[in-house]
Amino acid sequence: MNPVYYLYLAALLFTIGAAGVLIRRNAIVVFMCIELMLNACNLAFVTFSRMHGNLDGQIIAFFTMVVAAAEVVVGLAIIVSIFRTRHTASVDDASLMKL
Amino acid sequence: MSTLAAAASTGEAVQFWLLGTVAVIGALCTVLMKRAVHSALSLAGTMIVLAVFYLANGAYFLGVVQIVVYTGAIMMLFLFVVMLVGVTAADSLKETLKGQRWLAAGLGIGFGILLIAGIGNASLKEFNGLGEANAGGNVQGLAALIFTKYVFAFEITGALLITAAVGAMVLTHRERTERARTQREQSEARVREGKQVPPLPAPGVYARHNAVDIPGLLPDGTPSDLTVSPTLRERGQIRDVSRESLAELKALERRTEDWLGRTSGEEPRPPSSGGTTPTERKEEAKK
Repeated sequence: MNPVYYLYLAALLFTIGAAGVLIRRNAIVVFMCIELMLNACNLAFVTFSRMHGNLDGQIIAFFTMVVAAAEVVVGLAIIVSIFRTRHTASVDDASLMKL
Repeated sequence: MSTLAAAASTGEAVQFWLLGTVAVIGALCTVLMKRAVHSALSLAGTMIVLAVFYLANGAYFLGVVQIVVYTGAIMMLFLFVVMLVGVTAADSLKETLKGQRWLAAGLGIGFGILLIAGIGNASLKEFNGLGEANAGGNVQGLAALIFTKYVFAFEITGALLITAAVGAMVLTHRERTERARTQREQSEARVREGKQVPPLPAPGVYARHNAVDIPGLLPDGTPSDLTVSPTLRERGQIRDVSRESLAELKALERRTEDWLGRTSGEEPRPPSSGGTTPTERKEEAKK
């Protein structure tokens, strides 16, 4: 087996995540799909690292993880504060900047 | 190490096909599951599988970090928010844009074909393998890179993390602008409104069911929604057993009649719980 199959899997997971972002309305599930896309990118980076025989790809994946953690913290805080004021987690209902 | 060789072994191929299927199914479940909790659990499964793939690809440090940070911290944060928010957060089925779902699914399939065709056309024949790079240890190699070549990005990452922590606190913190109402004021307001002065009635009225999701019965036998917690009411998780017990009673009566009808020709046996044991009956016969 050629390790390039990992890249195909990463592409598939990224596609599923992107479709989920477009399809779902629940803000939390949209966030999970974004996480899925980030993870797929990480898998591609790790595979590239193996292809090229150096560790730079793993460093990039590591930084992606850190950024993902920061993004999740802020994003979930925004979802919680929107839910507090509007009592909904649907992305359709959050159509106004201020309420 | 053999797993770091350029070409993957047969064992790794088996592992890839087995776990890759699990990862794709988990990703699909994340998108398609109706409840956010199920989505979160499917995504956690996919992330664990990805951690195994990182380990198989020679990224030992990242594999462990994936499990600790992603499935351990981020997914638990997600579950926390789902529990906080998700009681009423069912996905709305109303389509704001017409045909948006199908269009999105079609676009997703097209995008996937594009990506996979691109990878298929790329010349990815040569694989070097990580054996050389990991020779001095994976963690040591990463550390040498982070603290030399990528040290600036590393410092910026620290600033980003602090900003994110402060931002989360600012966003979720709510300043109290008015004084909190005391218990006396609350009780006086309750009496003035006159809606529900005593505490709400307790759920669960049967000897067999005293769970909180069983509503108490009003004098006329109808279940009262007031007795169940509003969270369970929102989720539609009220169990109504008032009819069940009536049906059970009816079945019991019918069985009793059957039993009496069948044993009418025979000698009437004393009921087992009647209290007369065989020895007592012997003593009665002696008398």
